[in-house]
Amino acid sequence: MARTKTIPRENLRERVEELSGERVFACYQCGMCSSGCPYAEQMDRLPSQVIRDLQLDDETLLDSNAMWVCASCLACEVRCPKGVDLAKLMEALRQIHLRKALDRVSLDDLSKDEIKKLPQIALVASLRKKSG
Amino acid sequence: MTKLAYFPGCSLKDNAKRFEDAAFFVMETLGAPLEELETWNCCGTVYSLADDDLMHHIASVRNFIRTKEAGSEELVTLCAMCYNTLARVAGRVEAHADELEKINAFMDREEDYEGGIRIRHILQVLRDTIGWEALSETVVRPLDNLKIAAYYGCTLVRPQETGIDDMERPVVMADALAAVGAEPVTFPFEAECCGTYQIVDEPHLALEQSNRILRSARLAGADVVVTACPLCQHNLEQALIAPVGESEEIKSIQVVYFTELLAAALGADEATMSPVVREILSTSVTAEGGA
Repeated sequence: MARTKTIPRENLRERVEELSGERVFACYQCGMCSSGCPYAEQMDRLPSQVIRDLQLDDETLLDSNAMWVCASCLACEVRCPKGVDLAKLMEALRQIHLRKALDRVSLDDLSKDEIKKLPQIALVASLRKKSG
Repeated sequence: MTKLAYFPGCSLKDNAKRFEDAAFFVMETLGAPLEELETWNCCGTVYSLADDDLMHHIASVRNFIRTKEAGSEELVTLCAMCYNTLARVAGRVEAHADELEKINAFMDREEDYEGGIRIRHILQVLRDTIGWEALSETVVRPLDNLKIAAYYGCTLVRPQETGIDDMERPVVMADALAAVGAEPVTFPFEAECCGTYQIVDEPHLALEQSNRILRSARLAGADVVVTACPLCQHNLEQALIAPVGESEEIKSIQVVYFTELLAAALGADEATMSPVVREILSTSVTAEGGA
């Protein structure tokens, strides 16, 4: 008999919950994460909308820029009244792309001068977050 | 006092060398010298947030093994990002024996890590081991009249489990500077993100964030912003060079590592200071015996 995967992966919500260890239905949409997010205005969906879309299993979320704008600053994580770690949900969304080798950042896109100017802490962190 | 096992990380040997040089002087002067690990590797840079990603915790664990080999149970960092990554991994493998077993099994050529290493940021050492009073008593060049904004960023204070201070209103860095005579100002963006690695491929995100932080500090009356992270320092410096929009006011503010000002207060030779610190001393700090 073929080995069956013990964790279902049929939909986006379940994939993200598996990768993050978080439960998206814990969120009751208070909006605290969006109000404190320093990057919310740069996102095409608010942080709280990202969770709502996960609850609704909206796969178009994968095309959003929110996961790439999120810098894991954890302002949302420490303030969520329901203890949802939104930074982990964002990481899971990034990982879904990165594990298909869909890198967001490549050293090839940077000139030698740019690379020289950037401290390695920035380069390594960027590649750790945005390439697989 | 015994020597403290010290983990530098990449930046402290390169663009943040002055952060380290000043810290060595401060800790030597306080009788608690830093002793760099004989060998060390990258901390991992960022803490991996995906639940199944144990692979990226290995870098930190190797450094814990090096610390044990050095005969220490504690590892001190200067870089806030290294602190965060090392401390989160230490806490995670301490709480999850099964994960530690997997990591140990993977590291064929290493002795098993059995847990027990405590990661401390140097600000915790100054506050909890040395104390503000002892720091104060060592001052030879008080930073009188210098208004500083202590900028913490993210990784020293979040998440709560590894945060070194109150995560919304941290005071530890301001207290350190107050102990050497400076006057801390309060400003609301003290723990806002500087833009971090976004400076690589989305520089506008980082520059806007850093610009807001500098403006907020300036509006609160600060002459100098002090940092504890090489990446925060870099982004704030970039924002000073290329101010975004209506931000003329930030051009007069300076950004330095907090250890640089502590070293100045504790009597470091001016020749060892960065030009920025020398300028701060000559323009903002009251001359000895003056005022």
